[in-house]
Amino acid sequence: MSAPTLAGLTGAALVGLGLYGLLVHPHPLRKLLGFNLLGSGVFLLFGIIARKGAAAGFAADPVPQAMVITGIVVAFCATALSVALLLRLFEAGGAATLRPDVGRDDSD
Amino acid sequence: MNTAIDIFTVVAICAGAAFFMAGSVGLLRFPDSLTRLHALTKADNLGLGLIVLGLLPQADSLLGGLKLVAVWLLVQLASATVAQLIAQALRHRGRGT
Amino acid sequence: MSVIQALDISLAVLVLAVAIWTIVSRDAFAAVVGYVAYGLLVSLVWVRLFAVDVALTEAAIGSGVTGVLLISAAVRLRGTEAAVAAEWPGAGSRVLAAALCMVVTAALAAVVLTMPDPGATLAPEAARHLAETELGNPVTAVLMAFRALDTLLEKVVLFLAVIGVWSLAADGNWGGIAGPRRATNRQGALAFLAQLLPPVGIVVAIHIVWIGANEPGGAFQGGAILAAMWMIVIMARLAEAPAIGERRLRLALVAGPAVFLAVGLMGFAVANAFLAYPAGLAKPLIVFVEVFMTLSIAVSLPMLVLGPPDRPSS
Repeated sequence: MSAPTLAGLTGAALVGLGLYGLLVHPHPLRKLLGFNLLGSGVFLLFGIIARKGAAAGFAADPVPQAMVITGIVVAFCATALSVALLLRLFEAGGAATLRPDVGRDDSD
Repeated sequence: MNTAIDIFTVVAICAGAAFFMAGSVGLLRFPDSLTRLHALTKADNLGLGLIVLGLLPQADSLLGGLKLVAVWLLVQLASATVAQLIAQALRHRGRGT
Repeated sequence: MSVIQALDISLAVLVLAVAIWTIVSRDAFAAVVGYVAYGLLVSLVWVRLFAVDVALTEAAIGSGVTGVLLISAAVRLRGTEAAVAAEWPGAGSRVLAAALCMVVTAALAAVVLTMPDPGATLAPEAARHLAETELGNPVTAVLMAFRALDTLLEKVVLFLAVIGVWSLAADGNWGGIAGPRRATNRQGALAFLAQLLPPVGIVVAIHIVWIGANEPGGAFQGGAILAAMWMIVIMARLAEAPAIGERRLRLALVAGPAVFLAVGLMGFAVANAFLAYPAGLAKPLIVFVEVFMTLSIAVSLPMLVLGPPDRPSS
């Protein structure tokens, strides 16, 4: 099996793993880890498309590569914003949970 | 001459890999954090050093060789600092497990 | 099976094993450390895909900066895990979720296995127009010329993320300072590293931005290294982060997108299209924009990692 196909299959498995973590883990930080795994799996799928698009003397198609670079930075932005929201939630309610009934004042 | 250089490279890299192997085994087998740290920093620095030494004759330019040496020095610096910080944190916690 | 193939398979197994660890590990801190190792392994996969630019970005941003962010979050959220343990979905839901994820993976794997080789590609297009940009690195050419709009918008996303994080500050702290306080005691290994490393790191970062025009590297990777140097200095408590109300900081944050946008608008006047570069001036303009982009990235990343200001500036 060639290196790109192997990387593509790894990416496919990572998407599944990340999705599982995102769906099942109750802790928001672990959901974020799952989200990032999912993202990097998708990036690897872009990687195989880039590698299979090798042509014109380039070892890989530069267009998907550039998209992945942009994607990594945007994924980081999303992660940073989520972490900030999560820490604020923890400060405000004393708990890091996505359950709507926890950490809220009972009077409202 | 080329064959001699290639043999040198292969021997040095194999020796380096052996040190990495020993370090990894130590990391898995040693009982507490401080000894694991010992296995990691000592063995990995020497392992990486030998691999860089082996790759030096294969570098296609002087700049390439210098970059390899710079990578080795930076890794040394980083791993020495991290070892210090982990050891400090362990001492702070008052136990070596 | 050749040696290279065996190494590829071991690498894939290792990546998946570490990824599984980050999902199943009981301790969030351990899972985050696993994620950092995972990011470094994935950048090796990118090298095997001949995408060195991506490998550099993944190692610097995907593993390094994200790692610092997640580790500090995991430390602050330590002790919240026991409380959510009761919220685990039941066994039935978990099996259902696992089945769904397997279906997704199987579908993607089928796509990978049936993908035509060689596949659809824009590489010949990029190669044909590469000479007009005077760049040697096709990825930089795509980022800065062919798909410049994506990169411009991505810089805006980075800027909006910083504003989003800042806006979470408590009312009294607006315009204040985030991150650790400056300490007078400059002893210790981290303080030593924070004094020794930045000069080296700054030279490496400038080198990577400069060669990015022709070889793997560029504004993202160089900016991430500069950001790392600044974060080491802040984490070693040699210097405090600037107050978010400071004008110099705000100018540095908008410099990248603003200069990019200005050069893009100039394209209307001199080359008849938004983000078009006049013939013969493409490379100097691209390098000019990249310098400001690097500055903005180097300032934005630490601001995102440090989070909203937690004390007023004195």
